[in-house]
Amino acid sequence: MRILRLLAIHLRLALSGALAYRADFLIHLFESLLEFGTGLGGLALVFSHTQTLGGWSAPEVVALTGVFFIVGGAVRFAVQPAMESLIESVRDGTLDFTLVKPVDSQVLVGLKRFEIWKLVDVLMGLAVLAVALWKLGAAVGLGDALRFAVALAAGGAIVYSFWLMLATLSFWFVRVENILVIFQSLYEAGRWPVNLYPGWLRFLLTFLVPVAFATTVPAEALSGRIGWEKILLSLGVAAGMLVLSRLFWKIGSRHYSGASA
Amino acid sequence: MNGLLGVYLQQWKISLAETFQYRAAMAIWLIGHVLEPLLYLVVWSAVAGANGGRVGGMGRGDFAAYFIALLLVNHVTYTWIMWEMEHRIRHGALSFALLKPLHPVHADIAANLASKLITFPVILLAAGALALLFKPAFHPSSWSVLAFLPSLLLAFLLRFALEWVLALAAFWTTRIGAVNQAYFVTALFFSGQIAPLALLPSPMAFLSKILPFRWTAGFPVDLLLGRLDPHEALHGFLAQGAWILGILLVARVLWRAALRRYSAVGS
Repeated sequence: MRILRLLAIHLRLALSGALAYRADFLIHLFESLLEFGTGLGGLALVFSHTQTLGGWSAPEVVALTGVFFIVGGAVRFAVQPAMESLIESVRDGTLDFTLVKPVDSQVLVGLKRFEIWKLVDVLMGLAVLAVALWKLGAAVGLGDALRFAVALAAGGAIVYSFWLMLATLSFWFVRVENILVIFQSLYEAGRWPVNLYPGWLRFLLTFLVPVAFATTVPAEALSGRIGWEKILLSLGVAAGMLVLSRLFWKIGSRHYSGASA
Repeated sequence: MNGLLGVYLQQWKISLAETFQYRAAMAIWLIGHVLEPLLYLVVWSAVAGANGGRVGGMGRGDFAAYFIALLLVNHVTYTWIMWEMEHRIRHGALSFALLKPLHPVHADIAANLASKLITFPVILLAAGALALLFKPAFHPSSWSVLAFLPSLLLAFLLRFALEWVLALAAFWTTRIGAVNQAYFVTALFFSGQIAPLALLPSPMAFLSKILPFRWTAGFPVDLLLGRLDPHEALHGFLAQGAWILGILLVARVLWRAALRRYSAVGS
């Protein structure tokens, strides 16, 4: 309850901050439209030469694109800004102020900063997903939708934990901004179904940089090509990653030496 | 002339030192460079696989050869000048460059080449690894391989000039991200990065012939792979030359206008 109230306060703060720069909204809308145009244009080009791609039909890959933008937008909206701010505050010592507050520091760090306008990506991703669903029509049952929702939530948790672990490295190495770039560049691979990729790359994208759980698995659930066992696997990985990143955070924050100490 | 050479050599040393300073950043950054052509290579191979092994006259091996060659060409020609210029203008660092008795573009070219001297071997290794994994069908003719080198040099000059002019936009707007993105999207489709240009639908294929982007990437790649006849190659060289001249003219005019707009921090 307290956490929800904190979330509301931080979001309100971020919103009033964003509203001071309203032109940014238009700029971001423009960039976002370009991004979507590129993604969908690429798909149109590929599917002008083929009916299926690695066993996926055009609407299924469009759904994947929607998921790709929803998860990517959510990361850019909440996770990335918070983690970047964490790294900065470790370096300049302002993390002191977070650690002394009577709220769990991991939660507080996660609420630190929001890029409100990046929500545009999430909304556009939802729109693309809606179009894909309409094209897929009756093929999507209630079970599929349920599995999709669970897979998406699990994928989100996995991506969050992964980012938190990367950012936590700053307690030891201080300058880790570049490591964050690894996720951003490899996330691009999530645009396409991971079963297209050769084994080594699929392994990398599933277990080392968990892009597949956040993009391909939810999209697979939606098109009804996976059952509950894979969803359970996804949930298991999510639970494991959440616990692991929590432990990592606990150990890491004990390494923090502060600015004035 | 000797003086200019000395400047380049000196700039080269500075850039080498700078690049070595950020080795880890560079390694991480290379991932993105290799990943993009790799993704399209995989996607188009899958398309070929799903359609009896060939699409638009190209099989899996042809796509592998195309995108591996593209990786190399792209690495030679790419620039990061638009971010650099924006940073320079915003922080007023351009003032120092302007005080030097030489046009700042020389330092930019030297820095670009110096950094690539270090990164290119790494990209070459990556290309070698991709070649082992994807078995490209590479059978060029001898004249086209010879013609490839000048076409690559011209492609570098053309792209450098084009992106240097684009970077001047930072004198007029601080929203440089949107400008860059619009440029990248256009280049992605019309230079041959997303697919070999022969696969574009006809209105876009027509546009790709009018726009400059093809001559920065698709043309040298096609030349290297022996997919062009001598007539097409000659046409390509002329187009590259004409675009470079045209853009240099625009650059001259814009640079003067830009300097008049420039007001440094603290002045």
